[in-house]
Amino acid sequence: MTKTEEIEINLLLDAIYRKYGYDFRNYARASLKRRIQNCILRAEVNSVSALIPLILHDKDFFSEVLVQFSVPVTEMFRDPIFYHAFRLQVIPYLQTYPFIKIWHAGCATGEEVYSFAIMLKEEGLYDRTTIFATDFNEEALNTAKEGIYRLANVKYYTNNYQKAGGKSTFSDYYYAGGYDSVIMDASLKKNVTFAHHNLVSDGVFGEMHLILCRNVLIYFDKQLQNRVLNLFRNSLIRKGFLCLGTCESLQFSSVENAFEEIEPEYKIYRLS
Amino acid sequence: MYSFSPIQDNFSALEVVVIGVSAGGMSVLSEIFQQLRPDFRLPLLIVQHLHPHQGNFHIEYFSEIAPIPVQEMEEKQPIHPARIYFAPANYHALIESDKTFALSVDEKVNYARPSIDVLFETASEVFQHHLLGIILTGANRDGAKGLRQIADFGGITIVQDPDTAQFAAMPQFALEATPSSQALNLSEIVVFLNSIHPKLSNLSKYW
Ligand SMILES: C[S@@+](CC[C@H](N)C(=O)[O-])C[C@H]1O[C@@H](n2cnc3c(N)ncnc32)[C@H](O)[C@@H]1O
Repeated sequence: MTKTEEIEINLLLDAIYRKYGYDFRNYARASLKRRIQNCILRAEVNSVSALIPLILHDKDFFSEVLVQFSVPVTEMFRDPIFYHAFRLQVIPYLQTYPFIKIWHAGCATGEEVYSFAIMLKEEGLYDRTTIFATDFNEEALNTAKEGIYRLANVKYYTNNYQKAGGKSTFSDYYYAGGYDSVIMDASLKKNVTFAHHNLVSDGVFGEMHLILCRNVLIYFDKQLQNRVLNLFRNSLIRKGFLCLGTCESLQFSSVENAFEEIEPEYKIYRLS
Repeated sequence: MYSFSPIQDNFSALEVVVIGVSAGGMSVLSEIFQQLRPDFRLPLLIVQHLHPHQGNFHIEYFSEIAPIPVQEMEEKQPIHPARIYFAPANYHALIESDKTFALSVDEKVNYARPSIDVLFETASEVFQHHLLGIILTGANRDGAKGLRQIADFGGITIVQDPDTAQFAAMPQFALEATPSSQALNLSEIVVFLNSIHPKLSNLSKYW
């Protein structure tokens, strides 16, 4: 990154923060920079600086930038072996609670939430579970609430579902929408509250038994990762579980010693 | 045969090698690793297109045959010399300006995640003319843009000679994008890698 470009990016992030309160200053730079470059292409301007007036004066333009920055890329039963491990290692503990509270932080368009809802149903836990699914991308949250997904992905998801240890058939959980979409069964979202929550600036979510925050922390720098991990620690009950993405870890973080590793390979942790 | 002039005294400016490989990758990488000098000093950063649920089989397999340690790239970890790093399946691999690895699950690029272009482009910005980029066998066009950027930033670019590659498309696209690249067969690529003598001062500057 040239020095000038680095200055420009800092100015851009400052402008966004001051005008709209969204704070990307502690996001990992390499991938953020690629998304800024995408914005430059789409806006047909030729420098990072040229984005600044557009963002400051055009709220709709900023909304598009926000969507660009958010990366709501997800799938059903992403990393099927993680789900498999979760069934074996965590479900038995959850079964001992009379009621269960779960927080999906950074749920994007909701595929992970529906995947978990299916697993909880199959394990007989869904009816005593309250689920909070949060993200700061409103557009993604709306898709999550609707629970309508592309038919073209269903074959892949069915495969994931089976590898994840599914006990029934995936087609039990959706019905045909239009000719190219499927609608998730409404009973899956009965206990789910979808809500706007910004991990950078918003506070704790009380007394969770389980927090899932997968493939979100990779977008943050170390300082912000530690801040968010602290937020999670303070939102969990004693002995609550934390699940991260397969390439994320508590190693070298400021909360490393507060958690024990339940399944190091699949990043399942438990508060001591 | 390759036609680099020895002006750069055995390419001592080089600090890092990035390699992109797709279809046919297992056998070419095996061949390269088997013949690599045990005292090879540069880090080799590799994007190999794999199935998204690919486990660690390839890491274990390559660890057996390579003379230097083989591992997956880890988020926020520094790049160490004399190691072979693979991008994890289903994640893009990027290099941050402080020379650490970053991973992302951003949309696929060229239908691929990890994408060769993503690693090559971010690495070229950080390492500039200290970077060597290599495109090996493959059946798609990932890597062409990234290789071009490495050349534009003054790095060295090598492409497996399409006539000798198991799948010619990827080397072909790379050569079209960067005609200044050397087209070498596999044994010439190995000879080239083994002839690199990095300045130790160069390496310790960063690690
Ligand atoms: C790659 S998706 C991960 C989705 C899902 N957890 C998975 O692993 O498949 C990352 C999500 O994190 C959200 N995100 C990023 N920064 C955030 C923040 N500061 N607060 C809340 N959500 C955030 C993005 O909007 C995006 O939807």
